[in-house]
This record gives sequence, structure tokens and C-alpha cells, in this order.
Amino acid sequence: MKYLPLLWANLLRKKTRTILTILSVIVAFLLFGMLDAVRVAFSVRDSLEGASRLVVSSRLSIIQPLPYADLQQIQRIDGVEAVVYANWFGGIYQDRKNFFANFAVSQNYLDIYPEFILPKEQEQAFLTTRTGAVVGENLANRFGWKLGDKIPLEATIFPHKNGSNTWTFDLVGIFKAREARDRNQEDQMLFRYDYFDEGRTFGNGTVGWYVVKIADPERAAEITQAIDSFFANSAAETKTQTEKQFALDFVKQMGDIGLIVTSIMGAVFFTILLLTGNTMSQAVRERIPELAVLKTLGFSNQRVLWLVLGESLLLVILGGMVGLLLSMFGVNALSAAFRGGVFKVDINSWLTGVGLMVLLAVGVGLPPALRAMRLRIVDALVAH
Amino acid sequence: MEEASPNLVTIRNVTKYYERGKQRIEVLHGIDIGIAKGEFLALMGPSGSGKTTLLNLIGGLDKPSTGSVEVAGTRIDQLGSGELAKWRAANVGFVFQFYNLLPMLSARKNVELPLLLTKLSSAERKRNAEIALHLVNLGDRAAHKPKELSGGQAQRVAIARAIVSDPTLLICDEPTGDLDRHTADEILGLLQELNRLHGKTIIMVTHDPKAAEFAARRLQLDKGALVNAVESRSEA
Repeated sequence: MKYLPLLWANLLRKKTRTILTILSVIVAFLLFGMLDAVRVAFSVRDSLEGASRLVVSSRLSIIQPLPYADLQQIQRIDGVEAVVYANWFGGIYQDRKNFFANFAVSQNYLDIYPEFILPKEQEQAFLTTRTGAVVGENLANRFGWKLGDKIPLEATIFPHKNGSNTWTFDLVGIFKAREARDRNQEDQMLFRYDYFDEGRTFGNGTVGWYVVKIADPERAAEITQAIDSFFANSAAETKTQTEKQFALDFVKQMGDIGLIVTSIMGAVFFTILLLTGNTMSQAVRERIPELAVLKTLGFSNQRVLWLVLGESLLLVILGGMVGLLLSMFGVNALSAAFRGGVFKVDINSWLTGVGLMVLLAVGVGLPPALRAMRLRIVDALVAH
Repeated sequence: MEEASPNLVTIRNVTKYYERGKQRIEVLHGIDIGIAKGEFLALMGPSGSGKTTLLNLIGGLDKPSTGSVEVAGTRIDQLGSGELAKWRAANVGFVFQFYNLLPMLSARKNVELPLLLTKLSSAERKRNAEIALHLVNLGDRAAHKPKELSGGQAQRVAIARAIVSDPTLLICDEPTGDLDRHTADEILGLLQELNRLHGKTIIMVTHDPKAAEFAARRLQLDKGALVNAVESRSEA
């Protein structure tokens, strides 16, 4: 600790350079914290404990449909209170950049989602209008839709059997989230499965997934086991999981999230290693006469090595800790966008982050530290 | 068994050479010197005469190619680099021509540097540094950075740093080489005071005859050898 003022003074010798270097380390660890939270979210299985809804999808792949006939069998399983189903449609409204989630759903779909409020008469209209669709209030506001509007979606997966790629829906309902934290769920469009199933050219009689409402959340694990056991060794084996886990698996279809995140982090840290390493080397090169003076005063070679490494550690730890703290705020914001707090910078991320800081500090500090250690006093003083 | 020496510094048959490719450059040839405890010695000679090299050997900054360097009973030419560093910290204070203060530290923090190697507490280090600064009449400049000090003041801080750990030996390499005559005389007066009142043994390299007059004894080096076999003594 007694060397801290000396290390600190060395860092402050060129304030602008130090600030810029610390900023680059902050950005690197901000990215690390956020990306690691994403990686962890996609690699950790969500606990079944306390789940009141379960999603049943194909065991093979999330894009593999399940037979519609499974519905009745799932309904018969002990502990299941209600079953609804849905199928990803993937329609585009006017332009690809207008992306929003749109699903074909069973008519009773919203019955098991008490977090959404749909006025009774609109619910009735959905039940009686085959081409009917309901959207969240956010989505309606985004495109200025109002009840009675016709909404055309361009199919990306399911062309209409009439030869057109355009499916037109009648907007019969606008639902709202009961709680503010669920407002992000208002960015979706639901339309009737029977209309979709009759109109599509393939995959008829199948659904993307079932959502099961269970009577007793304490029995979630048992019911999960019961459903998957029931369909074991059938032509369409199932995988039953929580909604959160299902949503994560859904996003995982984009690619190997872990690999993507690791690749980005690798590139970021390699760049930081070069940048900070160059800065540290330059900083030590400029101070060779001073390091020689320290050695003259009796600082041993090892002590000088540790001083330079300590400086590097201080620089990286300072930036890294600020970056990780900022990432916590960023991740909290990101998590707010996903119901149930999917993302978080957990203790493992912190420990990995600190480990990375030490590695980075040693990586950038060791070459100049070794140079400082090997410095011959007489040569350095003569050069001065 | 070696003969006991009354000197603080005993240099016997020291040579120093450097290898430059296949060429060997000998800068000191068979030097023998004895320096008594409490002596103020000036090493004089033209540039390239080897006086700084000799000073580096006495201060434990370099090792002789042959011969021995003994300081206060320790054969410092036989010490490893770690032991030598410890020995320097405990026994020698250095004063350089260009002060060699750390620019980002205050005068007091500069003076405290050698004390970081001791077990003294922060408060003790601070107190000792302030005492050293008072001793060189710079007590009121403790918080100033080197760039806020004149050349003479900076050299006084360097002297305070050299004496703060109470070493036996002060090694001064052209301590007034960067100063005007008046300031140089003040610094030399201060060194003389440290020698006479505090018993510090001082070895000073200079090529300024006026500076050398402050020393009690002068040795002349030329082309790596002592010019006069008989050492001349004079009082300032």
C-alpha cells in the first residue's frame, strides 16, 4: 500500500493519456459485463421452481412442429389446468425493419395470460372473426393502428394457398399489459390459428408449441416430467420448459450465442491488449532514467518489476471495475426489456472479470516490467 | 587472511573494461585508492578520464572487471544484484548533476523515496523527510514539485533525498555542473557542512577546480589512471 501514491503519481503524469486508456478499458469491461450476462442467460437453464406456465415444444428443435393431436393428450395429464398453442408466423409489415413478433394462436390463448387486459367485446370479436387479430397497445401506437384496420403481413415462411404471399388480418382487439413491467410484451400481434392453418400450404395440423397452465406451480417439475415421459419414444418427442427458457432457446436459433459473444469479447480484449500494452510500454520507456534513479536508491530489480506491474494493475483494475459497474446498470436496463430479469451480471461474471483484469494487466505490464527489471543503472543514467 | 583496513573505502587494483564487439575498451587501469571515513574527496579529470566509472564502482552501481572494492568492510564487488540494492539503500546517498528528482512527486515525496524501502510508518517517513528538507533549508518547499523549484533548490532536495536514510557515504556526480557559480558555492557549502558537522564521507566527481577546492583531498584521473601517485591534500 505504501507504494500506491507512487503508482498513482506515475499514472497521473500524463493525465490525458491515462484517462483515454482507462476509458478504453472501461468500454472493454462494459462490453464484457453486458455480453457475459447475455452469454450466461443463454447458457443457464431456467429453474422450473414456481413456474405456473410451461411451454411444450419439440425435443428435436424449436422449429420442429408438434401434432395438433397432442393437445388433448396434454390436457389429460394430471395437474394441467389449461392448454393453449401457438405457431410462429414471421410476417413482415411493409418493411423488414418494421419487425415485430407475430403468432397464430388458439382462440383461448389470452385466457392463460392474466397479465394482459383485452376488453370483453374485443375478446368476443376475436372469437367470432376468423381473420381477426389482436395487437399490444405499443404496437398499435407504433403503426397508428386502430380497431377495424386491415393489416397486411408479408409471409416469410408460410405463403397463402391462394398463391399470394400477403395475409390480411382485421384488427379486432388491442390488449394492454396490467403491470408496467410487462409493457414490452405489448409489441406482438396474435391472430387466429384456424385461419392460419387453413390458409397455409404446408404443415397443416401442426402447431409450433403448446403453453400449459398448471394448477399448482409446486408441481411444475413433476408435470414437466409427466408430459415429456408421455411423448417419449413417439414420433414427436417433447421438451417441456419454462417460458423464460423457451424464449431464450428461441433466440438461440440465431446461432451459437456463446461463440458469438466469446468471439466479440476476444476481439475486444485483443484490441485492448495492444492499445494498453502500447501505452504502458511508452509510459515506461519515457521513465527509464527515473527507474534507474529508483534502482540507484536501492530499489531491487524485482521491486521495480512489481512497481511497473502494479501500475498496470491499477490502471486496468480502475477501468475494469468502473466498466463492470456500468455494465450492471446496462444489464439491468436490458433485463427490464425482458420480463423476469433474464440478464444479470452475477458473481461469476465479476470473478471472471477480475480474472480478466489481472490477465490483461499482466499481459500489458509484463513486457515493460521485464524491461525495467533488466535495466542497467549505469546505461540508463548515461542515456539520460 | 586480508589485512584490516582503516579506510571506509578501499579500492585495490581495479580495472574496468567494456566489450564493443571484438574490441575491448579499458576505462580504468589498476586503480588503488583508500578513502578514510569522514573524508571529503574530489575526483577530478577531463571528460572520459573514468571518474564517473570509478564513482559508479564505489557506489555499487557497477562492478569492476578485476580488482576489489570494499566499503565499510563489505566487498561490494562480490555482492549479487539484490544484495547490492539493499546495500546501496542502507549505505549510500547519491546526488546527480541533473538532480534526477521524480517530476510528478512533491519535494517531500521525493525525499521519502529511499524510506519506502525501510519499515518506517507513513508518519515516520513524512517526519524524517521534513527533517532532511529542513536540514537543507527547504522546509517551506516540501509541497512543491521539482518544476516549481530553481536548480539550486532542486539540488538541495536531491541532497535531502541522499541523506534522509542517514547513509555513511555520499556519492556526488558533478553536483554543481548545472548550476551558476553562486548557487554552486551554496551547494558545495552544504556538502561541506554535511561532511564537517554530520561526519558524512563524501566522494564528489567534478571537473570544476573551484568546486574541488571545497574538498579536503583531490585526486586527478586521466585516461583511466591516477595521474599522481602521491595524493595531494588541501583544505578549503
